[in-house]
Amino acid sequence: MSDMSQEQAIQTELTAAYPCLQDTVRIQRARRLYAAVPRERIGEVFAFVVRKMDFSMLCAITGLDEGETLGVIYHLARPDGTMLNLSASVPKERPILRSVTGFFPAADAYERELIDLLGFQVEGLGPGPHYPLPDDWPAGQYPLRKDWTAPDQAGPPRQGSENPDV
Amino acid sequence: MSETRSRDVTIPIGPQHPALKEPTSFSVTLSGEKILQVGVRLGYNHRGIEKACESRSFIQSLYLIERVCGICSHSHSSCFVQAVEEIAGLQLPHRAMYLRTIIAELERLHSHLLWLGVAGHEIGFDTLLMYTWRDREIVMDLLAAITGNRVNYGMNTFGGVRRDISPEQKADILKAMDTLEERTKYYISVATEETTLIQRLSGVGVLSHDDAIRLGAVGPTARASNVKRDIRKDDPYAAYDQVPFEVITSDLNDVYGRTLVRVRELMESYKLIRHLLNSLPDGPIAVKAPRKMPAGEAVSRYEAPRGENVHYVRANGSEKPERVKVRAPTLANVQAVAHMLIDRYLADLPIVVAAIDPCFSCTDRLIDLTREGGGRCDVITWGQLHDYSLRWYKKQGMDLSKLNSRFKCGESS
Repeated sequence: MSDMSQEQAIQTELTAAYPCLQDTVRIQRARRLYAAVPRERIGEVFAFVVRKMDFSMLCAITGLDEGETLGVIYHLARPDGTMLNLSASVPKERPILRSVTGFFPAADAYERELIDLLGFQVEGLGPGPHYPLPDDWPAGQYPLRKDWTAPDQAGPPRQGSENPDV
Repeated sequence: MSETRSRDVTIPIGPQHPALKEPTSFSVTLSGEKILQVGVRLGYNHRGIEKACESRSFIQSLYLIERVCGICSHSHSSCFVQAVEEIAGLQLPHRAMYLRTIIAELERLHSHLLWLGVAGHEIGFDTLLMYTWRDREIVMDLLAAITGNRVNYGMNTFGGVRRDISPEQKADILKAMDTLEERTKYYISVATEETTLIQRLSGVGVLSHDDAIRLGAVGPTARASNVKRDIRKDDPYAAYDQVPFEVITSDLNDVYGRTLVRVRELMESYKLIRHLLNSLPDGPIAVKAPRKMPAGEAVSRYEAPRGENVHYVRANGSEKPERVKVRAPTLANVQAVAHMLIDRYLADLPIVVAAIDPCFSCTDRLIDLTREGGGRCDVITWGQLHDYSLRWYKKQGMDLSKLNSRFKCGESS
């Protein structure tokens, strides 16, 4: 087992600042920490780790369909390679997040992806084009939701040997 | 031409052939030749691979994920297997780690050589394209000999790799490294001595150190702005913590700096490959992996030729992943490239965009035109544009109205 003192120091600092994270911060392996944050505290915790704990890189944002709720994970990293994954869940009928583009301009595309693919609403994100879906994509269709299936998947399978165009 | 213009013009570049071989769309607002504003539209080739993985087994998803990119396919498959192996708690044999790393560095070689050729082409230096793409074939042949494929190598599997490197192949790779190293020394001398190239690339596509950090640039784009970030060093995976190599940076902050970083990274890769081959541990190349992966989650990071790859995988205890998330490096560099273009000349757009070594797919189906005299922007449809082109050609004495009439169906899309 490698030395985990640095990861433990991060865990201690985070739980000291936010005792509500006492049971949710976990060290999975060297350089990988995860923390589930109550949704009303996510903005605050995000700002704290970015500004005070040197998690100065946003590597990605993952959105998840968790059934009753929609989940979001902010994958933040320090220049030394340590990654902290902050997750939160919001109700599916009111899936509102605050934009983090004020911290990381590159989050623009990541947040548009949450909107297009999972139906999140991101407050504070300026107007912009769809990403990654086309402009004429039907409203209310969120492909990464578990109950969504591609329309043509219901059709009969194509026969490989038939090629009427030739 | 120095007087202030009352009208600025917005022109679309792309989505088809926007000076690149991939579809993407730039909406560029110009004042004369100067770029005032850039809008980038991505997503044209979104194929729903993340969603498709959820209805496939882990092993099927691995082959699908490898096809996210045609150049850095091993990058994506490695990034994905690493996450799944972490969830499954698999300990890889050392030989497997080394073999995975050798393929990774061979991939970096052919990707950087490809980029050098593209960069040469974008600045009208096609001799460089011919040279580097010829040399790239040496790497492609090696990859084909080892894995059976030039791209989409299918080298990775959960728990290790699928193919070994024989002593004869090792000798071939080492010989090829010598040839490529000689060639690369020549490219370095071209890049550092050829004044036409230096002058064309210097001061173009400037991205300051602070902007690179602020905008989250990754890979050679960040390193050429003196941001010493490389996942191979910062968050080592495979065998990178066991081999010596340097992270190449430049403080030139421009396209020229990005060129120097890439050619010098080639030299580091030759060094790495030699070291890996000469210290290749004995033993098995894979351990057995379960078909069903235990419930869990993992985030994997990987230094692809273009920068940091990030994959997040969540497993629910079944044969299929619950969620697969892919963040490719170009998405992280898009903000940076838009920033680099502002206040620069339109003629620099192709090389500036090419200099991040983009790998993206995008769309834009609308064209903005400024009406003469009015200054108001109108949107015209594909059909109107088609009719306009027919009228234009008719004026030149060519009647193309009977040709390709089925293109009109594009109007409905």
